[in-house]
Amino acid sequence: MASRRALRWLVGGPPFFFLVLFFLLPALIMVVASLRYPGDFGGLAPLVATRPGEEAGLTTETYRVFFSDWIYAEIFAKSFGVAALTTLACLVAAYPLALLIARSDKRHRDLMVLLVVLPFASNFLVRIYAWMIILGPFDLLFSRFAVIVGMVYVNLPFMILPLYTNLEKHDPVLLDAAQDLGANAWRRFWRVTFPLSLPGIFSGAALVFIPVLGMFAIPEILGGKDDWIVGNMIKESFLGTRDWPFGSMLSLMLTVAVLAVAGAASWLAGKALKRA
Amino acid sequence: MALLEIRNVTRRFGPLLAVDGVSLAVEAGEFFTLLGPSGCGKTTLLRMIAGFDQPDAGEILLDGADMADTPPEKRPIHTVFQSYALFPHMTVAQNIAFPLRMAGREPARIAQQVNDALRLVHLEEKDAHYPHELSGGQKQRVALARSLVNRPRLLLLDEPLGALDAKLREEMQVELIEMQRAVGITFVFVTHSQSEALALSSRIAVMNRGRVEQVDDPSRLYSQPRNRFVADFIGKINMLEGEVVAAAEGGARLRVPGLGEIESRGGSGLAPGVAAALAVRPEQVRIAEAGAELPLANRYAGKVRDFLYVGDVTTYIVDLPNGQQLRALLPNSAPGRAKFFEVGDAVTVAWPAEAGVMLAQ
Amino acid sequence: MRRLALGLEGVALAALFASFLASSGKVALAGTAFGLLGVAVLAGLAGGRREMPRFWLWFASVLVYAFLYIPLAIVVIFSFNDSKLNAEWVGFTTAWYAKLLADESMLRAALNSVLIACTAAAVATVLGTMAGIAMHRFRPRLLPFLVFTPVAMPEILLGVSLLIFFLDTAAPLLAMVGIDFGLGLVTVVIAHITFCIGFVAIIVRARLAGMDESIFEAARDLGATPWRTFREVTLPLILPGVIAGALMAFTLSIDDFVITFFTAGVGTKTLPLEIYTMIKVAVTPEVNAISALLMSLTLALIVIASKLAPDLMRAPA
Repeated sequence: MASRRALRWLVGGPPFFFLVLFFLLPALIMVVASLRYPGDFGGLAPLVATRPGEEAGLTTETYRVFFSDWIYAEIFAKSFGVAALTTLACLVAAYPLALLIARSDKRHRDLMVLLVVLPFASNFLVRIYAWMIILGPFDLLFSRFAVIVGMVYVNLPFMILPLYTNLEKHDPVLLDAAQDLGANAWRRFWRVTFPLSLPGIFSGAALVFIPVLGMFAIPEILGGKDDWIVGNMIKESFLGTRDWPFGSMLSLMLTVAVLAVAGAASWLAGKALKRA
Repeated sequence: MALLEIRNVTRRFGPLLAVDGVSLAVEAGEFFTLLGPSGCGKTTLLRMIAGFDQPDAGEILLDGADMADTPPEKRPIHTVFQSYALFPHMTVAQNIAFPLRMAGREPARIAQQVNDALRLVHLEEKDAHYPHELSGGQKQRVALARSLVNRPRLLLLDEPLGALDAKLREEMQVELIEMQRAVGITFVFVTHSQSEALALSSRIAVMNRGRVEQVDDPSRLYSQPRNRFVADFIGKINMLEGEVVAAAEGGARLRVPGLGEIESRGGSGLAPGVAAALAVRPEQVRIAEAGAELPLANRYAGKVRDFLYVGDVTTYIVDLPNGQQLRALLPNSAPGRAKFFEVGDAVTVAWPAEAGVMLAQ
Repeated sequence: MRRLALGLEGVALAALFASFLASSGKVALAGTAFGLLGVAVLAGLAGGRREMPRFWLWFASVLVYAFLYIPLAIVVIFSFNDSKLNAEWVGFTTAWYAKLLADESMLRAALNSVLIACTAAAVATVLGTMAGIAMHRFRPRLLPFLVFTPVAMPEILLGVSLLIFFLDTAAPLLAMVGIDFGLGLVTVVIAHITFCIGFVAIIVRARLAGMDESIFEAARDLGATPWRTFREVTLPLILPGVIAGALMAFTLSIDDFVITFFTAGVGTKTLPLEIYTMIKVAVTPEVNAISALLMSLTLALIVIASKLAPDLMRAPA
C-alpha cells in the first residue's frame, strides 16, 4: 500500500537523514580529506587552488608516508599489543565474576549486575584520575603498567556483561551430566563451560579490543611519551601539528583495523556458536 | 445479496500460492466457518477480509462494495485474535470502550454500551481489572465483548478457542453459539478442528492448499463429502478402494480386491473401469457375532483386531478378508461395552447399499 | 568455614584500603592485611573439596568488585581531605566543595554540560524512538547501520570526522549565506545526538520486540488510524523504555569526553573538559569534589533508568 511506504519514510526518515548528514557525510568527507594537502595554517588545503602556486587538489602523499616509514607500523603494532593485553587481563578478571553472577539466584543476580554497571556511571576521566591517585605514591605512574591498568579498569564492565549473558544461558544439566560421567570441577570447567562460553568471550573481546584501539586519554594521562598509540597520533595530528590529511588517513587506517577485528570476532563467534 | 462476497481471490507469497482463486459468499446472520489443516490458507483469507493483507487478484465485497481501497480501521469488520490481543495497559472496561472511542461516541453512551457488553459475556465485576489478572477464558470473553460492542457488520474469529483446555473449550463453544444468536451478527470463524466446526457452524467451507474443497452445512458435509480430502478430514471414515464395475441410475458396483463386489446407491455418474473408493462412516457399519443374520447388502466375515473404548462409544477395528481394516462404531448405552467383542473374536460386519458415498480419484 | 574465610577476606581488604589513608603505620597495616588474606585463603582451602570451586569464585569476584570500587571510593574520600595533595590524609574538610561552588568557569562548564545534555537527550530520544520503531516495523537495511555504527566505533573517529565536517565543509558553506559558524555548543549538541540515537533506538526496539504484535493490529482492526494506534497503544507501552533511553542519553552526554573534546572548540567548556584541563594542569582535590558530585548524579540517573527498563541491565546488546 502506498501509505505504508509513506509511513516508513515518515517514521524512519528524520533519524535517517540526520545520521546521513552528521555521520555518513562527515565519514565520506574524511575519506576525501585523507587525500588532500594540509592547509598553510593547518587544516586542509582547498580542493581548487585559489592562489597560484598553492597546493590544492588530491594526493596520496599521506598514504605514501604511512607505508614508507616503519614507525607507523610500530605504533599500530603497539596499539594492538595494548589492546590484546587489556583484553586478556579483562577476560581473566571478568570470568570468575561473570560465572558467579550467572550461577547465583535471580534476586542476587540483578543486584550484582547493577553493581558491575554502577562504576560505569562515574565519569571516564574520573576513573583515570582515581588511578593517578593510587599509582602516584607507588611511583607506577606514567608507565606502560599504568596504561594497562587504566584500560582494564575502564573496559572491564564490557567484558563482564557479554560473558555473563552467555553463561547465564548454559543449561546446568550439562554440568550434571559431565559430573555424572566422572569429570571433576576443573575438567567440567574446561570441557563444558569454557567452550560453551566462547561466543560470549569473543563478543566481550570485541567490545574491549575495539574501543582500546582508539583511546588516547589513558595513554596521555597515565602513560609516558612512548606509550602513545594510534589514538594519540590522531589527536596530535588534528590538534597539535594540525596536519589534517594525515590525521584523516590515520583515522581511516584505524577504521580498517577496527572492521578487521570486528569481522574476525564475529566469524570466530559464529564458528564457536555452531560448535556449541 | 450476500453480506460478504469473495470473488476469485488469489494471494501469493513468493513461490507459495497461499490462496488460489477462492470464491465464497457469506449471508447475513450466518455462522460461517473456514475449516482446514494448517497452511491451507484460511488465516490468510481472514486477514484479507479484515484488511491486513491485499489479494493479488480478485475482489472482496462487503454489502456489494469492493473493499480494496478501505484500510482496516475503516472497515465495519472486527477480529477476535488467537492471542486475544487485549491492550495490557488498559482495564477491561477501557479495552471494551476502545472501538467506541475510535468511532467518536459520547462518553455517556460509551459507558452504557460497555456495561451491556460486560453483561453479555458475564464479566460485570471484572471491569476494573487488567488483562494480566484474568484467566484464559475470561480474556477470551473480553476480546469478544470488545469486538462486538459497536455492532460490526461482520465478526472474524481466528481460532479463538485454540489456547483453551478441552472442557473450557466446549463451554465456550456453547456460549459462542448463544452469543451469536443473541446479537445476530454474522460470524466468520477459522479453525482446524473439524469437530468444532461441525458443532458451531451454519455452513462450513473446507479448504486445502489454498482451494475451497466443499462448502456445505455440517450434516451434508459429513454425510456427503464431495472428495477424498473432505471425507477424510471430517470425522472418521473407512475407505474401500477398487474399480467401478457397473454404474446405473440406481447406483454402482465397486470391485474391491479380496472382497468381491460392493453394492452402493451412490456413484451413478461414474464410468465403468474408473478407479474409485467407497467412503463409509464407522457408525454406518453394523457388527455382530460370526455367522449372525444381518440382512444388509454388503456383508463380510472378519476378526476383531483392536478396539477403542472412549466411554460413550466403542470403535472396533476389524480385519477384513482382504487384509484391510474396517472401523465399526457402537454406542455404549448400557454400562460396559455394548457388545462384548474381544481381540481375536470372529465377527460379521455389514452395511447397507445406501450407506456411504462413492468417490472418484 | 566458607563464611569465615569470606569474613576474613573482607576485613583484609578493608585493612588494605585503610592503609592508603594512614601514612605512618602503612607498612604495618599492609602487612596485617596481607596476613589476613593469607589466612582467608588457607581457610578457604581447608573448607572441604565440595565447596572449593565456589569459594574461589567468590574470592575472585570480591577482588574484582573491590578493584572496581576502591579507586572511586578513594576519589570521594579524598575530596574531603584537608590538603592540596592527594597523597596523604590530613583532615576532614568541605572546603573543596565550597571552592567548587565559587569557581566561575566550573559553574559555567556545569551549566553548559546540563544544557547540552538536556538538548541532546531530548532530540536523541525523539529521533532514537522513531528509529527504533522504524527498525522494528519496517526492517530497513541501511538505517540499523547508520544508527549503531556511531555507538560501536571508537569515539575518536566520530569526533574527528565531525571536526573536519564542521570546520571545513559546514562553516564555509554557511559563511556564504552570511552565517558565522564555528565550533561551540551547537556542534557539541549535534555530535552528542549522533551517538545517543543508537542507545535510545536499541532500548525502544528491544521493548517493541518483547510485545505481542497482534495488539497493534487489533487497535487498527477496532477503528484506530495509524496515528491513534501510536498514541493510544504504542506510545504508552514503550514509554518506560523511551524514558530509560532519555536518561541514558542524558548520562552519556554529561559524561562524554572524547567527542566533546574535538567538537567543542576553544571557548566552550563542559564538565569533563574542565576536569581534563584540571588533571593536566594542576591537580587539586577540587577535581575529587567535582568528580564525586558528577558520580552521584549519574549514579542516581542510572538507578532510575534501571528501574524503568530492567531488561536493559539484564540483556545488553
